[in-house]
Amino acid sequence: MKNIGDPLPRVDGPAKVTGAARYAYEWQVPGMAYAVLVTSNTARGRVLEVDASAATREPGVLAVLTPQNAMRLPGPTQGEPPDRVVQALQDDRVYFSNQPVAVAVADTFERAVHAALMVRIRSEPARHTVRLEDELANAVPHDLIAGGRSIPADEARGDVARGLREADARVEQTYETPPETHNPMEPHATVAVWEAPDRLTVYDSTQWVFAVQRKLARAFAMPKENVHVIAKFVGGAFGSKGSPWSHVLLTAMAAKQVGRPVKLALMRPHMFGMVGGRPHTRQKLALGARKDGRLTALSHQSASATSRFDVFVEGCALQARHLYACPNIESKHRIVRLDIGTPTFMRAPGEASGSFALESALDELAVALDLDPLELRLKNHAEKDPIEDRPFSSKSLRACYAEGARRFGWEKRSARPRAQTREGMLVGMGMATAAYPGNFAPAQALARMNADGTALVQSGMLEVGNGAYTVMRQVAADALGLPVEKVRFDLGDSTMPEAPITAGSISTASVGSAVLLVCRALRQRLEQMGASGAASYAEVVQRAGGAPIEERSKAAPGEERKRYTMLGHGAQFAEVLVDPELGMVRVARLVGAFACGRVLNARLARSQLMGGMVWGIGMALHEHSVYDEKLGRIISRDLADYHVASNADVQSIEPILVEEEDTVVDPAGVKGMGEIGTCGAAAAIANAVFNATGRRIRSLPITPDNLL
Amino acid sequence: MRHFSYQRAASVEDAVRAGPGAAFLAGGTSLVDLMKLEVLNPSRLVDVSRLDLRGIEARPDGLRIGACATNSEVAAHPEVKRRFPVLSEALLSGASPQLRNVATVAGNLMQRTRCAYYRDLATACNKREPGSGCAALEGWTRMHAILGGSERCIALHPSDMCVAMAALQAVIHVRGPNGDRDIPFGDFHLLPGDHPEREFALEPGELVLSVFIPFSAAGMRSRYVKVRDRASYAFALASCAAGLEIASGKIRAAQLALGGVGTKPWRVPEAEQALQGQSPERVAFQRAAEIAVRGAQTRRDNAFKMELARRTAVRALTLAAEGA
Amino acid sequence: MTSVTVTVNGASKTHQVEPRLLLVHYLRETLSLTGTHVGCDTGQCGACTVLLDGAAVKSCSLFAVQADGRSVTTIEGLAKDGKMHAMQDAFWQEHGLQCGFCTPGMILSACEILERNPRASEAEIRTGLEGNLCRCTGYHNIVKAVQAAAQKAR
Repeated sequence: MKNIGDPLPRVDGPAKVTGAARYAYEWQVPGMAYAVLVTSNTARGRVLEVDASAATREPGVLAVLTPQNAMRLPGPTQGEPPDRVVQALQDDRVYFSNQPVAVAVADTFERAVHAALMVRIRSEPARHTVRLEDELANAVPHDLIAGGRSIPADEARGDVARGLREADARVEQTYETPPETHNPMEPHATVAVWEAPDRLTVYDSTQWVFAVQRKLARAFAMPKENVHVIAKFVGGAFGSKGSPWSHVLLTAMAAKQVGRPVKLALMRPHMFGMVGGRPHTRQKLALGARKDGRLTALSHQSASATSRFDVFVEGCALQARHLYACPNIESKHRIVRLDIGTPTFMRAPGEASGSFALESALDELAVALDLDPLELRLKNHAEKDPIEDRPFSSKSLRACYAEGARRFGWEKRSARPRAQTREGMLVGMGMATAAYPGNFAPAQALARMNADGTALVQSGMLEVGNGAYTVMRQVAADALGLPVEKVRFDLGDSTMPEAPITAGSISTASVGSAVLLVCRALRQRLEQMGASGAASYAEVVQRAGGAPIEERSKAAPGEERKRYTMLGHGAQFAEVLVDPELGMVRVARLVGAFACGRVLNARLARSQLMGGMVWGIGMALHEHSVYDEKLGRIISRDLADYHVASNADVQSIEPILVEEEDTVVDPAGVKGMGEIGTCGAAAAIANAVFNATGRRIRSLPITPDNLL
Repeated sequence: MRHFSYQRAASVEDAVRAGPGAAFLAGGTSLVDLMKLEVLNPSRLVDVSRLDLRGIEARPDGLRIGACATNSEVAAHPEVKRRFPVLSEALLSGASPQLRNVATVAGNLMQRTRCAYYRDLATACNKREPGSGCAALEGWTRMHAILGGSERCIALHPSDMCVAMAALQAVIHVRGPNGDRDIPFGDFHLLPGDHPEREFALEPGELVLSVFIPFSAAGMRSRYVKVRDRASYAFALASCAAGLEIASGKIRAAQLALGGVGTKPWRVPEAEQALQGQSPERVAFQRAAEIAVRGAQTRRDNAFKMELARRTAVRALTLAAEGA
Repeated sequence: MTSVTVTVNGASKTHQVEPRLLLVHYLRETLSLTGTHVGCDTGQCGACTVLLDGAAVKSCSLFAVQADGRSVTTIEGLAKDGKMHAMQDAFWQEHGLQCGFCTPGMILSACEILERNPRASEAEIRTGLEGNLCRCTGYHNIVKAVQAAAQKAR
């Protein structure tokens, strides 16, 4: 029997298409009160006064928490990075506009919303800066965290200056990506229920129940076992729910202060700044190459925005360390502190922004050398990691290029810009390389064989759209030799075995490995107890007394991580149509070929990749959290002003799964697929826009006004 | 949202009687949204959506469209599609099906600006709070008007339908405590001037009953072009409603209005006149487009709108001339 | 308070409500029909889409009192006799969903598209769903699902 790889329809599909799937805000507890945040209207300074007198006079208003009257948390509000510094009304400081400065709590939602709007904030503003360019001079190097590991800010090999001198062609350009906001469809939501003065149950929209548990336990100075966090369905996250933000603590505080269960959902405008986003980046690229296309120098220097009170480093220049064969490489990361909310991991963190710059620069180099862009990349294909000088655990990039180019029809591209038109539109084709680390973090799982021959497998990961309920069941069924109907996989509960964050393409590889190991262990134990094949499991359990037989296992990366570089790879191809007069760009086709180790479920994998590729369309053409620099505030605060791709923006999207076997990366042989679809996609589109128009746009998004 | 009283009007007379001091509620797609934000805070709502104001009726000289006909109904109406393709196109280019299913003609006439500062209570806005200032003037102006603004307000008029109706020279029929009257389309929306909070030429209690659109040869050969940041479901960066009557190779009459650039739907009769008698060719279209954006005042983020509006107008006139 | 009587998924419901109560909160909080989601608060995302007298509407932009005397279908009312509606089944089989948050609204909008035009083209489906944003799937399988449901109905 083989379940892995089967395109099994989602096991959570019926719950989702009937409205039965329960997201955080939908848990009902008797006596529930409703909380709504009040946020700052200045970007820096102090709250002098929160006037809640009118609000608290309203019928049904239970409390307005302010910096003055909010409970003092007995413990710290922050743990080890990447846990974020949050604002929980513990002082009067304002660090960014739209920071929580009060919480209105009432017996109905309508009353809470109205009360929140009645609260008047008097602040003492200080001078603020939200413009990256204003603070670039003060940029400083900072190490980063990616895939759960610490990585040095700078790495280099060889001598880039010499490499540039020796080059026949050079590209030295600056690229810019704007701040973006994740905007999952489900706003962040928390329900807090104090079961006893020191026992808390929380239903949260999160990518990591254990982080929520730890943060609450720490802040309220309780053993972590006293905090029970549940999240059965999460309505999208993309990194924005990776660490618990202010509202999680505030909801628990509000529940404690009013003595009732409290539920809180962010209003959409609250989601701009308070719960992270992709930071504004400015990236300097310097490439040098010989006439034949071989790179002599590759320098990628990134400066990305972070807040004054916390650090997030966008790893834009990381892939320069691994992607192309080049004797002289430097890769540097700088942070720029601004009066903004702390940015955070956002789908394909680092790689999405970084690949726009690197892959655009390579396209420029191809033009300078009069080489086909794909040919240029093949010339510089890295057979081993160029900086670490070690092999890849697996690499099928050549196959991705070949398969992608074939399906796309790359040979039909004209090298000369503005050479092709269709129905009055300029046609352009562009491509880019995609890469994302094959991450793996320690994960635990439990497997239990019941007396009726069905199995229950658990790990505290999350279902955020990734298909966890489905693929983990497939992995478990395979390992146990059971049909999938006989296996149930459960997740999203802090009482379950600990899983890493469901993000960064970590969780399927990591939890998948833990599930594989624990199910193998359970099978072995059952076989030791006399089982011969899955049909006999029930009998074996019954013979042993009927109590379920349980195994627990842990999967963790080992020394192999030091011996190999582990990356998923892909090749993105885009065809765009550009209105020559009005500047409107349509992405007519996107073809992406990806090799990411073992594919657990082709149906889910393809969907995940398509979603990622459409994020590339959004990044290239739409997404931008616009700051009003004078007010220091994101002014594009709703889904009319912050554009994500709409249905009509998508035409043909074709992901291709390139076969790849990786026996090293992790026991499951999986490299996650949550991010790689986005990597390189914006660059492929921007390169196609150049091919269509002859205009090189180095600052995203590419809107009609850029092309007039 | 603040408390308000709700009353469902039993008849037009009932509504008009209850009107002064109240806000009329039809589809509510704009009003409810702004009430949720507490940008608009009427203490009384008079629901007129169930009055018999939904009919679309062909008269000998034009089409009369009931105030409460929904955007979906108007866009799909065969006479609208035949007589005024520009109106159907404009309606379908705006909002989304769910909104068009409830949004009404009168509601769309009274659609409020999408200015981000108007919608953000944390910022200064003369339209929302007279005298408080205008944060947009020194702010993010990419989605703000270059025509018809004042030092107190540069909020853009967001409607697509109104651009088409301005070009078609519709007439708005209203009833108030002092009886019935007709308001030419160009007079209905007020320029912000010193009082951006005054938006419509309606007296207290006046209720829109219908819109009359005169038949015209140009209307039958009319098109709407909208340039926006994504393929659908976005407000216009620039738009243009254009209609041409062409006889013996010359333009006999022209209709032209711009959207996405003005503080109100921007019809320029001089541009229409400049087209009269000309051959329906690019050079004439460019000249009309030039005239249409005369007097534009651009700011840091919206300077592109001048050129984009001109090109959009040329495109709309070209399509109208093709008669497709 | 105002009295409203609404037929929800075929059953008549009468409640005293504040005029400011939005239809979406009436459905979710008063009737516990939580399949209708709130995604944006400003009428843009479409997660709150329900059918009002058969027409797709955004229940976050309507007051409950506006639905008085009318009929509302939510995602919970689509299945008949325990059997999923063809559109629900198609979204499942064609994998037109990931996180599932936009799905109920997406399905109801899709039902209206086919109700109006059983032979809607791909372009018509895409623009017909312009008011329903999805952040996960990239829309491709959503369009396939609507096409599959249309095929099945023929």
